[in-house]
Amino acid sequence: MAHSYTPGLRMAPQTVVRKRRILPIPGQVLVHAGQEVTATTVIAQTALPGKVQAVNVVNLLGIAPQEIRRYMLRREGDAIQAGDPLAENRPVIKWLKTQVPSPITGTIETISEVTGQVFLREPPKPLVLTAYLDGHVAETFPDQGATIETACSLVQGIFGIGGEAVGTIAIAADPEAELTPDRITDAHRGTILVGGSLIGRDGFAKAKQVGVAAVVVGGIHDLDLKLLLGRDLGVAITGTEQVGFTLIITEGFGRIAMARRTFDLLVSKVGQRASCSGATQIRAGVIRPEVIIPLSERSTFNVQRSTEDMAAVVSGLQIGDQIRIIREPYFGWLCRVSALPTDLRLLATGSKVRVLEAELDDGRQVVIPRANVELLEA
Amino acid sequence: MSNVIPADRKREREMTAILATDCGSTTTKAILIEKVGEEYRQTFRGESPTTVEAPFDDVTRGVLNAIQEVEELSGRKILDGEKILTPAEEGRGVDIYVSTSSAGGGLQMMVAGVVTAMTAESAQRCALGAGAIVMDVLASNDGRAAHEKIERIRVLRPDMILLSGGTDGGTISHVVELAEYIRAADPKPRLGGSFKLPVIFAGNINARGQIREILGERTALVITDNLRPILERENLGPARHTIHDLFLEHVMAQAPGYGKLMGWTGAPIMPTPAAVGFIMERAASAQGLNLIGVDIGGATTDVFSVVDGQFTRTVSANLGMSYSVSNVLAEAGLEKIDRWLVEPLAEQQMRNRIKNKMIRPTTIPQTQADLALEQAIAREALRLAFDQHKALAVSLKGVQRERTIADAFEQDDGGKSLIDLYRIDLIIGSGGILSHAPRRVQAMIMMIDAYQPLGLTQLAVDSIFMMPHLGVLSQVNERAATEVFLKDCLVPLGSCLAAEGRGKRGDPCFAYTMQYADGRQVQGAIRFGEILRLDLPVGTEVGLRAEPSKGFDLGAGKGKPVVLKAKGGVVGLILDARGRPLYLAEDEAERVAGLRAWAQAVDLYPEQNERQDVQGS
Repeated sequence: MAHSYTPGLRMAPQTVVRKRRILPIPGQVLVHAGQEVTATTVIAQTALPGKVQAVNVVNLLGIAPQEIRRYMLRREGDAIQAGDPLAENRPVIKWLKTQVPSPITGTIETISEVTGQVFLREPPKPLVLTAYLDGHVAETFPDQGATIETACSLVQGIFGIGGEAVGTIAIAADPEAELTPDRITDAHRGTILVGGSLIGRDGFAKAKQVGVAAVVVGGIHDLDLKLLLGRDLGVAITGTEQVGFTLIITEGFGRIAMARRTFDLLVSKVGQRASCSGATQIRAGVIRPEVIIPLSERSTFNVQRSTEDMAAVVSGLQIGDQIRIIREPYFGWLCRVSALPTDLRLLATGSKVRVLEAELDDGRQVVIPRANVELLEA
Repeated sequence: MSNVIPADRKREREMTAILATDCGSTTTKAILIEKVGEEYRQTFRGESPTTVEAPFDDVTRGVLNAIQEVEELSGRKILDGEKILTPAEEGRGVDIYVSTSSAGGGLQMMVAGVVTAMTAESAQRCALGAGAIVMDVLASNDGRAAHEKIERIRVLRPDMILLSGGTDGGTISHVVELAEYIRAADPKPRLGGSFKLPVIFAGNINARGQIREILGERTALVITDNLRPILERENLGPARHTIHDLFLEHVMAQAPGYGKLMGWTGAPIMPTPAAVGFIMERAASAQGLNLIGVDIGGATTDVFSVVDGQFTRTVSANLGMSYSVSNVLAEAGLEKIDRWLVEPLAEQQMRNRIKNKMIRPTTIPQTQADLALEQAIAREALRLAFDQHKALAVSLKGVQRERTIADAFEQDDGGKSLIDLYRIDLIIGSGGILSHAPRRVQAMIMMIDAYQPLGLTQLAVDSIFMMPHLGVLSQVNERAATEVFLKDCLVPLGSCLAAEGRGKRGDPCFAYTMQYADGRQVQGAIRFGEILRLDLPVGTEVGLRAEPSKGFDLGAGKGKPVVLKAKGGVVGLILDARGRPLYLAEDEAERVAGLRAWAQAVDLYPEQNERQDVQGS
């Protein structure tokens, strides 16, 4: 059946998160279904094939490609050290002999009699895959990985940088305040530090210096992000940046108070261990940055609740829903839907669009294009 | 049960209702085409967010939502649960359902050829013409070391690789070397990680045996005709078709929900850009025109040109109005965007707004200032994409051509851009920022500012972005597609007469006389730095004589008069004496005054009576 769909960030006090942890190439799975794991448990490992170097032996020896095997000193599959001779010619005058040394330590993979090239492969690099969450193994995939499941609280951000991190939740500022350097202390080492409407360049520097695992804040200025990254971010595909910590913003670019519901949920988790990730992908296959705090009392968790926030996603906007405005001129304002007119309305731009009417906390009414709001899910 | 009608049954009865969808990166759009009297017309349209990602992970959800909106608006029952009702009867069902797609990022390819400016470039044109985004172009002579090439192949995860190189009968070693790099890299496809990567070999026929030996086991290798069999000729068709077939089989079949969608359609799903290019090519051929088309989307900007029958498509995969909007800022620079703004924004504010659009791509401008910012960004995206297009729409390099004595004094080695702006008859714009501009004149001026056409040029927009739908429909019902394209799809904006050259502000630029069919005559003159908008409705044509001052050229040479026929449109006739290249003052106050004057002259924006959007304040 066709459904209406209104996008929104997830904020769930109680839910079940399942993460598929899969190796990029086949390897060994080290856990079994049902096993309890922590975020740092290695659940699978593999070896990434080393880089390939090509050596144009025939050019260096001045021979024809089809002759190459006559001059090779090694064969396909042989191991070789950097500097060891790969091939040599056999001139009449011995001191005119030319040898072709291997540029790398590795293995001889292919000898081509068509192009006269020899392909060498560097040794494989080990790769380990962790569980990322405190939870249990729901299922395994032979040679590939496993699904890790945890009953938890989940907070999604709108944008982030940096990869996965683990730490304890700590609060450093109120939602409206800026996360200034003086609010970040040595006690915050290794924490997932929450708070504030904004973190600036000085705050970044202090967070890095202290050794914070992650920062979760309402907003940042793009100019400061550019400074942090060392470049202008062109598209919102992130997760591999190495800036010293993971950064998650919950509201958007600019100074924007963290939503009270998000802040309150994180406050309630102070001192608890959590996993987070700054990876963001806005294009197809949307990935949002997240903070996942496993519940300490899973046995009392009602699994039914985890399906209810899915229902909120699929039902679309309704009167009474709490929403956030995500575009000027009321960017960041929270309000409640008061009407959903079906007719198109004229905006100041001259466009006619579908709108909604919403009531602010102070009783004022606003008219907003439906495209410019975000459902605050619970 | 399948929704497909067998082809012979389709021929038995003429279609009366057609449903078409386009699954874009952000939005899925559905249109209904119905036979009204004796002609086909587009009657209703619906749209819904595309649902390739969580929580649905199924593109058909968005398709059904969009179709449901068409049902609600039209009162026609099209769906029975999730089944599309066929055939069309009174008030229900459709005769055929077709679709295009660029969701999931579209088709992403890597191409490889022996020489950058020859076979590699031909391969690039081939891939682009098939609707792909080209992630990288490898060539034997591209300056990268072997290990860099191999690593690049490994790191990128294309949907498929197009390998070309060597004219037929030539040496094989270079193209075999490229195949060896591909084998060494052992690339994995982007979607469906356990499947073999499709590799198309369209190079020297003498190399086929070696290529099979090197790549046959590790990849899903397909061999097709050489796309550059001799240097003087490109043969892109067979490889383009192969790309398309593999696209459906390997890429679309893996993307969430597409397997199901492919079972619903009555014709193969086409990549959106291929479909748009197809209908533009048809239109240019049918009308005997040289045209430029642009589709500026959220993530990419596609530019098409048909010049003297030669079709070229480029994709600027890094320029768009939402997902890629921050790239436009990075490539153009803040100043280039700011120069179009009547109300300049502080750098911090502009950057934050652009980034907020990037992370929340489906929002729309609510204030005039915000709209002006988006349209300024669009000008830069259009300009940059066109620059990239002009560089690729070139005559074949490496070609020996017969020369006249005159040519011999203008030696060039090929590679000259085919885009001579004086010879462009029509510019067609598509994509939300153009098609949905609140005023049509805004779309016209954005394209004029970005492309800076010369002489007399018509401009049009795709009214509601239905070119992809018509492109794929023209494969099964060319009559319906063409009728709807001419009657409902294209909104003729009008014509623009622009003078090349610069002068002092206020100096005479050109005088004009408009001769209407009813005998009326309108005369006037325009000065350098000015722009005028004259009423010339849709369906009208005027004789236009213009005499440029010394130093300005309208197409016949500096100072030489021109006699033309100008077609009307919803905007009318624009006379543009702002300079070519377009002159924007360095001094901010002077520039802003100029922008305000131009905006007023063409009635670009509504009066500043802001709606009372906040009540009770």
